[in-house]
Amino acid sequence: MNFFFEVLIGGLLSGVMYALVAIGFVLIYKASGVFNFAQGAMVYFAALTCVGVMDKLGVSLWIALPITVAAMIVLGLAIERVVLRPLVNQPEITLFMATIGLAFFIEGLAQLMFGAQVRKLELPIEDVPSQYLMEHYNILVSQFDIMAAAVCGLLVTSLALLFSKTKVGRALRAVADDHQAALAVGIPLQRIWAVLWAVAGIVALVAGLLWGARNGVQFALTFVALKALPVLILGGFTSMPGAIAGGLIIGASEKLAEVYIGPMVGGGIEGWFPYVLALLFLLVRPEGLFGEKIIRRI
Amino acid sequence: MLYREAGQFKTSYQADGQIFPIMQDRIALLALLAVAIVFVPLLASPYVLSAILIPFLIFSLAAIGLNILTGYAGQLSLGTAAFMAVGAFASYNFILRIPGLPVLVAFILGGLSAALVGIAFGLPSLRIRGFYLAAATLATQFFVVWCLTKIPYLTNYSTSGVITAQPIVILGYNFDTPDRKYLLVLAVVAVMALLAKNMIRSNVGRSWMAVRDMDVAAEVIGFRLMRTKLLAFAVSSFYCGVAGALYAYAYLGTVEPEAYNLDLSFRILFMIIIGGVGSVLGSFLGAAFIVLLPVLLNVVAHSLALPTSVASNLELMVFGALIIFFLIVEPHGLARLWQIGKEKLRLWPFPH
Repeated sequence: MNFFFEVLIGGLLSGVMYALVAIGFVLIYKASGVFNFAQGAMVYFAALTCVGVMDKLGVSLWIALPITVAAMIVLGLAIERVVLRPLVNQPEITLFMATIGLAFFIEGLAQLMFGAQVRKLELPIEDVPSQYLMEHYNILVSQFDIMAAAVCGLLVTSLALLFSKTKVGRALRAVADDHQAALAVGIPLQRIWAVLWAVAGIVALVAGLLWGARNGVQFALTFVALKALPVLILGGFTSMPGAIAGGLIIGASEKLAEVYIGPMVGGGIEGWFPYVLALLFLLVRPEGLFGEKIIRRI
Repeated sequence: MLYREAGQFKTSYQADGQIFPIMQDRIALLALLAVAIVFVPLLASPYVLSAILIPFLIFSLAAIGLNILTGYAGQLSLGTAAFMAVGAFASYNFILRIPGLPVLVAFILGGLSAALVGIAFGLPSLRIRGFYLAAATLATQFFVVWCLTKIPYLTNYSTSGVITAQPIVILGYNFDTPDRKYLLVLAVVAVMALLAKNMIRSNVGRSWMAVRDMDVAAEVIGFRLMRTKLLAFAVSSFYCGVAGALYAYAYLGTVEPEAYNLDLSFRILFMIIIGGVGSVLGSFLGAAFIVLLPVLLNVVAHSLALPTSVASNLELMVFGALIIFFLIVEPHGLARLWQIGKEKLRLWPFPH
């Protein structure tokens, strides 16, 4: 039974990491209707920039972080200016394909600047089992995972505050509801989009740091985006709580399936199990867990 | 002067309903085919044939397949490579298990297997659409490749999971040299491209386009959504399956399931974006572009003496930038440029 709980908790905590990436997607999709395939590339870019700055300038993490944040903001502004603005009013599919192009560009750029080799990222917290939980409950859980969950909670709280308490947040929600109405009441759409992409860049940075510290900063980080997709399907593309719930469900069920079903079919089912789970779920509820009910008319 | 339609009168329905109603198009196409059949195998070096022309033709076929699904039926798919894999591995198994099965029949059976898989994974499209579907097709991609790696029967218990395509022998004639393989691929692609072009003009194609443009409206006026969508998935996967079989048999020779990865799916998606979504001609133009671009970039990188890592990253960046550039400047792709060129040629040399 203990083993089951360990797997479950491990899965839930890795689900938190999926949720982090999924939140980046939701942010952008909700407010601009762009399904941002480049989110995974942004995660990679952010992590690599942070490590690269530390390497090249020989500075500590605390100096590299603000530089990376600045880089992500610049990247967000550039994306808005170069890619999104000329594509205003295009169909969603076109925007989606543009973000695939963007993903390639960002990946190439990141590797061009800092090289493609696997880098180690040292965070001030170690990936060892938490002593407290091991002594009191006899469960092995990495304290790194717990910290990741805490960071994720902090991030979500601050995003929620940003959305509900600030002027920019109100504008963001207005834009999300209806572009044209927002424009009509004088909300600068393009500035809001730029803010949005910058925020998504910072979310990507947080995800990149956590994932990078866990698995090393390497190209495989871009596939994190693929992990986030079933999470999004499950949670609904427009719902932040959905992204978190979806992340937890996917994370937990994926690990449980790998441990309990995997050996029966030869293992390695983590790659597709989340997708199949999400698909089956969609057949029952096509708008996802927290998605808005889809009403369509001619 | 060259491209004048004046004086080409159609006096029968048959003449009016041809695939290429304009005489110059017919002549140009026949000339192109003649060059491709007669002169190219004579003049092109084995390298050009096997490294550029054969993949170009195979990718064109796969792009036509994806174009049917995405361009005409409006169902975004990121699982093209999976359908290609099904086609390739099914053909391999059919030839292996059924002695004396003609290779072309095996290709068709491979395509049909891919079509079945396409229908199975197309089922979600009845309930979901757009991005949800794109994510669902990713499931195909991962699941199929996983199956091929994990079920040893499919790779005939080869220890490395790699299969070696059997030699292509048709009616006792061995297609083993690049020029013979090229001719075989050319024949298959030409026939299937014409079929596709024809299918799209028929009521099947029109029902696809109706569903693409607005599926609710199409349903209201009496198109059966389920049949239309699943047919699009089936036909598209059939094309991709045959392309995948050719990819294994005429191009690579030795294939592992990982050859049909997500990257290949994306490349084919790029082909139809750059070539033109919803255009058979565009599939060819896009495939040519994507096959030739790395070659070109290589030459440039070589002449500038860039290290390979820089060159490959630059290639990624150029690819990405080009996709964005095309989407912004010409969302209808190279095919649209050709169309504009044709309109200009109609008036040339007197533009007024």
